[in-house]
Parts: sequence; C-alpha cells; structure tokens
Amino acid sequence: MHPFLLATIGGGLVGVAAVMMMALNGRIAGVSGILTGVFTQRAGERVWRLLFVLGIVLGGSLPPLLNADFKAPLPGTGLLLAVIGGLLVGFGTGLGSGCTSGHGICGIARFSKRSLLATIIFMTAGVITVAILRLTTGS
Amino acid sequence: MGKLLASLASGIVFGIGMAVSGMTNTTRVQGFLDFFGAWDPTLAFVMGGGLLVTTLGYRFVLRNPAPLFACSFSLPTRTDIDKPLLIGAAIFGIGWGLVGYCPGPALAGLTYGYAPTLAFIPAMILGLLLAHKITAKT
Repeated sequence: MHPFLLATIGGGLVGVAAVMMMALNGRIAGVSGILTGVFTQRAGERVWRLLFVLGIVLGGSLPPLLNADFKAPLPGTGLLLAVIGGLLVGFGTGLGSGCTSGHGICGIARFSKRSLLATIIFMTAGVITVAILRLTTGS
Repeated sequence: MGKLLASLASGIVFGIGMAVSGMTNTTRVQGFLDFFGAWDPTLAFVMGGGLLVTTLGYRFVLRNPAPLFACSFSLPTRTDIDKPLLIGAAIFGIGWGLVGYCPGPALAGLTYGYAPTLAFIPAMILGLLLAHKITAKT
C-alpha cells in the first residue's frame, strides 16, 4: 500500500481513538497530559490514564505482528541525544499544555486558537531544528 | 468499568494508528520536518486523516449532553495566549526535531525495544514532571 494511504488510515485511526475518548469518557486524547496525570493525579483518576498509556504501548506492538514492515526502524539518534530530546519534549509539552495529539489533533478539531498557535510553533521549531541538524552534521 | 475499558480501547486504537501511519519511524518524522531538504510529505496525511475524523466526530459527539461513562465533557476552557504555551511549544518542537519522537509515537514504539526509545521515554516523563512542578506553583 502507498505510504500516503497508510498515513491517512493511521491518522484516521488516531482520530477514531480521539473521538472514542470524547464520546465515552468526555476527555481529550492528549498523550502528554494523560501521561502526566498517571503520576500526578489522585489515585482514583490514575487508572484510566494508565490504561490509555498501556493501550498505546500495546496497540503499537500489534501491526508489526501482522506485517513486519509496520515495525519502525531503529531511531538514528544516539542515547545522549535521545535523553536530551526526551527531556525537551517532556518539559515542552508539559509547559505548553499539550503535544501533537492534544494540540495538533484534538485542539485544532475543536477550533482552539491556543492549540492552533501551539501547533504552528512546534512545527516551526521542529523544522528549524532539523535544518540546523542537517547543516551541522551534514546528514 | 466502562470508563476503564474505553480508555484501554482508545489507547489501543491510538497505538495501532501510530504504527500504521509511520509516526513511530523517527527518520520519517524528521524527513517531514526537513522542509529545506529532502522533504517527506507523508506525515501531513497522518495529520489530515486525524483531523478529518476528529473534527467531524467531535461535531456529532459534543451535541450530546454528556459522554457515555462520565457526567460531563471535560474540555479545556482557556483561550488566552500565554508565555508558557508559546515557550513550551517551541521547546517541544526542538526536542521533536532532534529525535523525531513526540509522546504518542515514542510510547507506541516502546515494545520494539530500541535503546534510543527506552532512553527517550523516561527522560520525557522526567521533563513532564519537571514542567508540572513549575506550573503547579504559579
């Protein structure tokens, strides 16, 4: 199947997950916010969040079982850069109240001005970062 | 019980979507952000598919008085543009570009057992908790 078609189907499934979360539990399917809540919410509010996170881990493991092409290749990033990137992604999404799913999908789908602006900013910052990375490492 | 199963099911569908779409492929994500190089437009289709389904789905769902397993919809109410939003988004974008992972895809790729993924996730959680500590004070 063409990568564009797979990307559209995969994105559509993320949309289905977001609509399910709203229709059933009345919640935004924002990964960074829900993941934070696993550690910071009171006990009764932790379990559904933990199950959503575990669901993503489990769900991600399923397509490669059907077709090995769905298993993403090894990230080309060294361990130190992975840790630095992880800290920046965590701190940034925590401070900015959302990530690609919460702002980029759920927020824009609600026509939230905050989410649209956040999405434009993190996309732009990502584009600039990759451009600098390419210039400095030549890769 | 319904609420918990709904969360698990939503997470599983989300994770399948991540793996099918190619978002778990950090090289491809960085290729999407490589606007001034060999741009790979694939991930625009992930966003397109996701936004199409979510925008239409929300329109129907939010007409109901309440979700199935909760008393009310918990929607963000803030509309102000503040510094943490702008600075946080920029910091996130830098990390996203450096590695090619945002939170969802990193979790979806966890079981592939790659060392950079296993290093990224705890660091990301630490970052989230640091931000939580800072923003909870103010």
